[in-house]
Amino acid sequence: MQKAPTPRTNGLNRQRLPAPFCCALVLALAATLALLACSTQAPQPGPAERAAPLTTLKRQDAAWLERVDFGLDTRSLNDYRGSGRARYLDEQLHPPQDSLPPAIASQVALLESAPQDTAQILKSLQERRRALEALADPEAKDAARKALNEEGNQAEYRAVRLQLLRAVYSSSQLREQMVWFWLNHFSLYQYKADVRWLAADYEAQAIRPHALGRFRDLVLATLEHPAMLQYLDNAQNAAGHVNENYARELMELHTLGVAGGYSQADVQQLARILTGVGINAGAAPRLKPEWQALYLRRGAFEFNPARHDFGPKMLLGQKIEGKGFAEVEQAVTLIVRENACAQFIARELVTYYVGDSPPPALVAAVAASFRRSDGDIAVTLRTLFLAPEFSAQRTAKFKDPMRYVISAVRLAYDGRTISNTHPLIEWLNALGEAPFGRQTPDGYPLTGTAWESPGQMSRRFEIARAIGNGNVHLFEAEDGSGAAVTGFPQLSNRLYYEAIEPFLAASTRSALTQANSPQEWNTFMLASPEMNYE
Amino acid sequence: MSNPLTRRDCLRAAAALALCGMSGGLYAAPVSGPRFLLVFLRGGYDATNTLIPYSSGFYYEARPNLAIARPDAALSSGALALDGDWALAPALRDSIGGLWQARQAAFVPFAGTPDLSRSHFETQDSIELGQPADGAHDFRSGFLARLHQTLSGGSLPAIAFTDALPLSFAGPGEIPNLSLKNVGKPPFDERQVRILSEMYAGHALEPAVTSGLELRRQVAQTMESLTQEMKASGRDALSIKGFELEAERIARLMRDSYRLGFVDIGGWDTHVNEGGATGQLATNLTGLGRGLTLFAQSLGPEWKNTVVVVLSEFGRTFRENGNRGTDHGHGTAYWVLGGAINGGRIAGRQQPLERADLFQDRDYPVLNDYRSLLGGLFAGMWGLSAAQTAQVFPQSEAADLRLI
Repeated sequence: MQKAPTPRTNGLNRQRLPAPFCCALVLALAATLALLACSTQAPQPGPAERAAPLTTLKRQDAAWLERVDFGLDTRSLNDYRGSGRARYLDEQLHPPQDSLPPAIASQVALLESAPQDTAQILKSLQERRRALEALADPEAKDAARKALNEEGNQAEYRAVRLQLLRAVYSSSQLREQMVWFWLNHFSLYQYKADVRWLAADYEAQAIRPHALGRFRDLVLATLEHPAMLQYLDNAQNAAGHVNENYARELMELHTLGVAGGYSQADVQQLARILTGVGINAGAAPRLKPEWQALYLRRGAFEFNPARHDFGPKMLLGQKIEGKGFAEVEQAVTLIVRENACAQFIARELVTYYVGDSPPPALVAAVAASFRRSDGDIAVTLRTLFLAPEFSAQRTAKFKDPMRYVISAVRLAYDGRTISNTHPLIEWLNALGEAPFGRQTPDGYPLTGTAWESPGQMSRRFEIARAIGNGNVHLFEAEDGSGAAVTGFPQLSNRLYYEAIEPFLAASTRSALTQANSPQEWNTFMLASPEMNYE
Repeated sequence: MSNPLTRRDCLRAAAALALCGMSGGLYAAPVSGPRFLLVFLRGGYDATNTLIPYSSGFYYEARPNLAIARPDAALSSGALALDGDWALAPALRDSIGGLWQARQAAFVPFAGTPDLSRSHFETQDSIELGQPADGAHDFRSGFLARLHQTLSGGSLPAIAFTDALPLSFAGPGEIPNLSLKNVGKPPFDERQVRILSEMYAGHALEPAVTSGLELRRQVAQTMESLTQEMKASGRDALSIKGFELEAERIARLMRDSYRLGFVDIGGWDTHVNEGGATGQLATNLTGLGRGLTLFAQSLGPEWKNTVVVVLSEFGRTFRENGNRGTDHGHGTAYWVLGGAINGGRIAGRQQPLERADLFQDRDYPVLNDYRSLLGGLFAGMWGLSAAQTAQVFPQSEAADLRLI
């Protein structure tokens, strides 16, 4: 164990750094404090921002906050200090609509302007594909194909950019983590069908509104979304031409887990229930009068009774009478109320937040909470985050690449506005966790050990160096021109001395004292075990 | 599982098998021993205009714009006749043609998978997994990973020269991946490497950190010595581009340190303006052929211990389409290259290629299942028993195409 740190007057330990560097640090710290002082002039300063003295956070508090957030930044720390754990958690579980700093909010607003619904997106795509096919000149056709492909890449980039900006800057950090968690749980692969064009809508309409809501609503929202209907082929599932792909993954990956007690017969029955759930971006089909009332359409989502198998089904031992889309709702309700579903979701949450071997008692408590609340995600998470095992569990969890990259950027660029998210995406790609890049529907692994490879570590160190040296690309315009801000970040700031420095291991301290420059100090700090675990 | 082998395990393996390497492949491989490189052409390359079935009259009917002229012995350019039925694309004449004449290249036409989805996504996955076609696929088990495990329990140094670990290597071992397209200078100097390693001393991640930094250093060093050699020999590094540059780097690492490798190359999905003797496909083939020839040369004496297989997810339609291109088909041709293979042959089962012989009236049929083909190749290279081969390709019978 570390001995308690020696008392400091200004939060700096002069012995650790060469004198010139130390002076630079003092200046940097002074600048940081000055900036903080300025920020108290802002319209609504948090109570903690005004008078906070440099006091050390308790180790348990720092660790708790680090897990509930994508790592620490000054704003989160101030919010936590101002509210205390219970109120902070309440605010995180019931966040306001959006909670972004103005500079980011305006970027987000720009990205979100004039969104189309999924029917408009797919209709326009179909029209352009038809026009492209009709081109006689092969060169013109090839050029049109490339242009359309590039448009898909841009649409996907827009979705990822929105997700990353919010992950770094939103003060509703827990919601952003759960958006990532559910996007991964209900995973999509960008290069299948039209997923790139639909990804932003999927996040905004299917995932985000339900990320802290009811699990059943989340399942139904993903079930109906055209991106999922394309990705797992239910758009092709019709009476007489049954496609089981989605029905199987809905139980295996989304709700019950592979050993969740369902049989191959259940998969077949659920696939029949899901017949007719598909996509239509054009005109409504002509239907027999008795089917017209059963026809549903929301955006490009369609339930078409003419494609539905109305025979009775048996699912998980329950009889389901043929009645159209109401069967789907009944089936989903039945599935999410299964004990196996509560267990499966609880186990995934505890694995993600606590560690690779989830303590059985904690999984049981979280599963019980999920069941009692009828799948209320906020209630379930409250149980998890306030459980004694959650705080007691101090075997640290190795961060997955998303948590590593976001937490490093949050710490390094604490509150400074990034204008270009391309470097973040490149880093996630290099670390093997590209957004919408998982080819298989199982999502990226939630265990830490899945990421602990030699290649992963050396790449993280290179990313640590890129961030620590001040990656100017982060502050360029999207087209790569004109960096607005240059220079390396000041990691050794107030946040560091309050919430990180007191808990560093001796080996990390020793590495930091050997740094020859602030940039190198940043690199070692971001490469440290403390930054790679939470 | 996640822990790399300890040094002691490694030495034990070394004693038993005369080789040593952590799964990440830190320690130099012995000078001699079989090496295998899989080259995956993503997008479905047009095998028909690469290995040209020039004895088929229907080939010339079906491809009025794309067909490549029959080989002409009087010409030193143009397609190279390999036997009475098959000719090699002019774009490969100087590169792979040379290997063929040295009996270091063979082709297996009518090769492929039973997968009929004609989807890039599904077929690439099913090949890389290498599992029986019927039944649920386990996405955590690729065939190269199973080969890696079967060969001395995963201690053979293996690497993917790609940005992300390919499905082929999905499995329990810790196989590193590092794309060699753009390799920069080593990011850390010796002092920094020492400080970073010491920061993890005694930590659970210490082995991963040490081998990760070492791999990066090793690659950077290899690249540096390569650049020096090229300068000394008066060859301008900048004149070698794309896959050629990558292939030379791969050769150096495979020569010095690795025994199993994987690389993929994109750009083969030629729906539009594919070209014939020249054009899009020919340009791609030229780069690929030159790269593989450079790979062979750079391995030096180890080329005799090395086998390269070039494959793609599927072949393309026998007929050209309305856009002077070809669409997704079925059977394709696999290439087998190596310094000591039984080459200069067209291997495997064949059949005539007139209109009535096409599969579903559009494609090459698959007569040589990829699992049997690769299983037989691996069995020959490493002397695997039937049981060992079945670990790599379950429920598949290895076919001995007498290539080794």
